[in-house]
Amino acid sequence: MIDTLQQLGAWALQRLERVGRSHLFILRVVVGLPELLARPGLVVQQIFAIGVLSLPIILVAGLFVGMVLALQLYNTMVNFGAEQSLGPVVALSLVRELGPVVTALLFAGRAGSALAAEIGLMKATEQLSSMEMMAVDPLRRIIAPRLAGGILAMPLLAAMFSAIGISGGFVVATGLLGVDSNAYWSQMQANVDLFDDVMNGVIKSVVFGMVVTWIAVFEGFDAIPTSEGVARATTRTVVNSSLAVLGLDFILTALMFGDNG
Amino acid sequence: MRRTKTLEIWVGLFVAMGFAALLMLAMRVSNITSYIDNEGYEISAAFENIGGLTVRAPVRVAGVRIGRVSDIRFDEDTFQAIVTMHIEARYDRLPLDTSASILTDGLLGENYVGLEPGGEEEYLKDGDRIEITQSALVLEKLIGQFLFSRSQGSDK
Repeated sequence: MIDTLQQLGAWALQRLERVGRSHLFILRVVVGLPELLARPGLVVQQIFAIGVLSLPIILVAGLFVGMVLALQLYNTMVNFGAEQSLGPVVALSLVRELGPVVTALLFAGRAGSALAAEIGLMKATEQLSSMEMMAVDPLRRIIAPRLAGGILAMPLLAAMFSAIGISGGFVVATGLLGVDSNAYWSQMQANVDLFDDVMNGVIKSVVFGMVVTWIAVFEGFDAIPTSEGVARATTRTVVNSSLAVLGLDFILTALMFGDNG
Repeated sequence: MRRTKTLEIWVGLFVAMGFAALLMLAMRVSNITSYIDNEGYEISAAFENIGGLTVRAPVRVAGVRIGRVSDIRFDEDTFQAIVTMHIEARYDRLPLDTSASILTDGLLGENYVGLEPGGEEEYLKDGDRIEITQSALVLEKLIGQFLFSRSQGSDK
C-alpha cells in the first residue's frame, strides 16, 4: 500500500520536475533569442528546414480541407436556402479554427518530429557536449534559431493554409455547386472581421508555433541519448504537441470568442 | 555559398507567399475596407426598438450597401435606441426627409438599416438625425397582436 503510494508520488514528482525543467529550458532559450539578430543566417536556415519544407503538405491539406468544407456545408445549407452564406462559413471556420489548428497538427508531425529527432541525435552523438566543450552554448547556437524559426514560420504557414483553403472552397462553390461568385466574396467580407477573426487566428498560430517548437526542442534536448531514447522523444513530441495544441485551442477560443460567441 | 543562395531564395519566396496569404486574408476575405474608409459622414436615428441590430450591420438604400452601423446607444431620456450610421463619402445626396427602418435580410438573415429617400432638396450632413424611423418587427409582438385580434374577433 505504502509502496504504491510512494510510486505514485515519485511518478508525480518526476513529471513535475520535467515540466519545471522545460520551463527553465525555454527561459534560457528566450533570453538568448535577441542575440540571433546578429546572426540572421541561422534563423533563415531554420525557416527553410521548418517552413519551406512543410509547404507542400500544408498547401495540399489546405486546398482539400477548403474544398471538402465547401462541398459538405453546401449540402446542408442548401436545405435552408442559405447557400449564399457558404463563403463566410468556409472563411470563418478556416481562419478561426482549422487554419491554425490543422496547420499546427501537421506542423507537429512534419517539423516537430524532425526537430526532436535532429536534436536528440545531436545529443546521442555527443555533438552538443562537444559544443559546450568549445564554449559554444548549444542553447543559443542550436535551440534558439529553431525556436525563432518555428515561431516565424507557423503563422505564415497557417495564413497560406487558410488562403488556399478559401480559394479551394471558392473553386468548388462556384465551379461545381453553382454559388454566385460575387456573393461568395461579398458575404465573406461582410461577415469576417479583420481583428476579431483574422488577427485572432494569427495570434493562435503564433502561440501554436511557439508551443509545438518548444515541445519539440525540449523533448530532443531532454532525450535519453540512445537510439531508443530518440525514438521515444520523437513520439512524445508528436503526441504531446498535438494534445497541447488541441487543449490550448479550446482555451484560446474561449478567451477570444467566448463573450460574443 | 551557392547552396546558401538557393536556400535564401526559397526562404524569401516562402516569406513572400506567407505575407501574400495574410494580405489576401485581410483584403479579400475580411472587412478591412470598412476600417480604411474613414472618409464619409455619420448620421443617426432614434428607434423604439432595434430588434437584433448589431454594430457593423449594413446600411442599405434600395438594397445597395452604402454604409454600416457604427454605434448603438440607449438614450435614457427618451428611452429610445440611438443608432449611429457611417455612410460612405460618395453617397452624399440623401434627402433630409429620408426615413430609416430596421429590416431583416430574408427570413433568417441579419438585421440591417434600410433607408428610404424622401423628396427634400436639402441633403443630410454629418451629424444629422433622421426623424422618420420605423422599429424592427419583433416576431413575438406580431404573434401577440395576431392572437389578440383573433380572440377579439371570435368574441363578436
